[in-house]
Amino acid sequence: MLILIGIGVIVVGFIARLNPLAVVVAAGLATGLAAGMAPLGVVAALGRAFNTNRYVSVIWIVLPVIGLLERHGLQERARALIARVGAATPGRLLTVYLVFRQATAAVGLIAIAGQAQTVRPLVAPMAEAAAERNAPIGHRTRQRVRAMAAATDNVGVLFAEDVFIAIASILLIKGFLEANGIVVSPFGLSVWAIPTMIAAFVVHGFRLWCFDRWLAGGAK
Amino acid sequence: MIGLPQLYALAGAMFAAFALLGLRDRSNPKRRGNAAFWGLMALSFLGGDRIGDLGNGVIVLALAGLAGTGALGRGAPAVDGDARRAASNRRGNRLFAAALIIPAVALIGTFAFPGSGLVDPKQVTLVSLGLGVVIALSVCFIWLKPRLVEPLDAGRHMLDSVGWAAALPQALAALGAVFALAGVGTVVGGLIAPVLPHGDRLAAVAAYTVGMAGLTMILGNAFAAFPVMTAAIGLPLLVKGFGGDPAPVCALGMLSGFCGTLMTPMAANFNIVPATLLELDDRYGVIKAQIMTALPILAVNTALMDWLAFR
Repeated sequence: MLILIGIGVIVVGFIARLNPLAVVVAAGLATGLAAGMAPLGVVAALGRAFNTNRYVSVIWIVLPVIGLLERHGLQERARALIARVGAATPGRLLTVYLVFRQATAAVGLIAIAGQAQTVRPLVAPMAEAAAERNAPIGHRTRQRVRAMAAATDNVGVLFAEDVFIAIASILLIKGFLEANGIVVSPFGLSVWAIPTMIAAFVVHGFRLWCFDRWLAGGAK
Repeated sequence: MIGLPQLYALAGAMFAAFALLGLRDRSNPKRRGNAAFWGLMALSFLGGDRIGDLGNGVIVLALAGLAGTGALGRGAPAVDGDARRAASNRRGNRLFAAALIIPAVALIGTFAFPGSGLVDPKQVTLVSLGLGVVIALSVCFIWLKPRLVEPLDAGRHMLDSVGWAAALPQALAALGAVFALAGVGTVVGGLIAPVLPHGDRLAAVAAYTVGMAGLTMILGNAFAAFPVMTAAIGLPLLVKGFGGDPAPVCALGMLSGFCGTLMTPMAANFNIVPATLLELDDRYGVIKAQIMTALPILAVNTALMDWLAFR
């Protein structure tokens, strides 16, 4: 049972708002020591695993290209594309945004949209404006519209990013299975993420449709 | 044959360039910390196979030390908003086309390279990704005519804004390996397995998916929960016990963890930061909006795994 100390270290570290990278390494050290390994042996085990899992960090080689394109206005382009959607209701607007977020995340374009990049400056204000089109809305309704905009971004990116073959979580799975003697290709993993992406669209799309009905039904 | 060593050399060279460029960025008061962090990553990628396990372990400790002491900062962005908007209008939607070169080449290469003898068959996707980056970069140089160091400088700015979190997935993978070595999954599995009805496959699948969501809610990160729950239930029960296909088991297990991500304040980036950005009165407002999406998807994942992994 002492071996579970690593999970405790992570929980305490996150609650105390310590740096997650430091907390994760500390959890590794604590777990190794609790398992009766020698201190230097634990450090070596961490180092060995860090070295064999380098391909999890290989995805950062896309940054020079994405960074250059962003300097030439890629994010502004994404915003212009979203802004052109003049959907009549918050639910419909957010459904279109959900499709946009899923389609781009599924081809690895995770960072062209997001809470700070698109939701705060664009999607949330547009959803509020759509909700106000017919009648003024109250403070609590406004808050619910904003929260729904943020939720739509999270749902869109989380359940679509694994469809891309070179995202960190897919590579992490590949590395874990390889350490356990099972070889799978990234593509062999990512195809299994497609049904969930579709399900996420159906479930959240339905909720957005209900959200419109709730707004139309005289939300306060 | 092209494989991981060449890809690591490319990534290592990039990290080294980021370290050197970062050192010259006077707008970042913590530039030495950034240069040290990316320099260590460069050392790991370029020389990781030659410095031994202990040498790599020291790199891990140093990275954690730099992150833990807040040694990393970020400089001022190099291009102002007006210039970006002007460029954006001039270049139009072709910017998307350029960005799509990388995933397109990665996908085509994944199917075209196996059997060609040019590429390590186990690493076709990652090598294709690297090739996609090289092609996209060449196209951008011809089309946008940037200065030679401009892509590297732009990439460095992006990586600086990610900061220490860039090394977190790899560190979590290392933590997973130590957990496996210490038998953490076996202990957790030993706690869960006795309460599962014997021979009931759906119960075991549900224990894994719900366990992934639950542990993710506690740890705040599906990456951290994955090695523990998969070593506890996924591999021993679902793959070895019931003969499940490991690829859908693991892919859907990770996606079940993401359902947990939507329901926990521990995943601050997803749930607490936007509540602050949008000035919500209730800091759990985003989580409350997500629960009724996350729970049905968790149920769908459980059903999908029971169906797709055991055909």
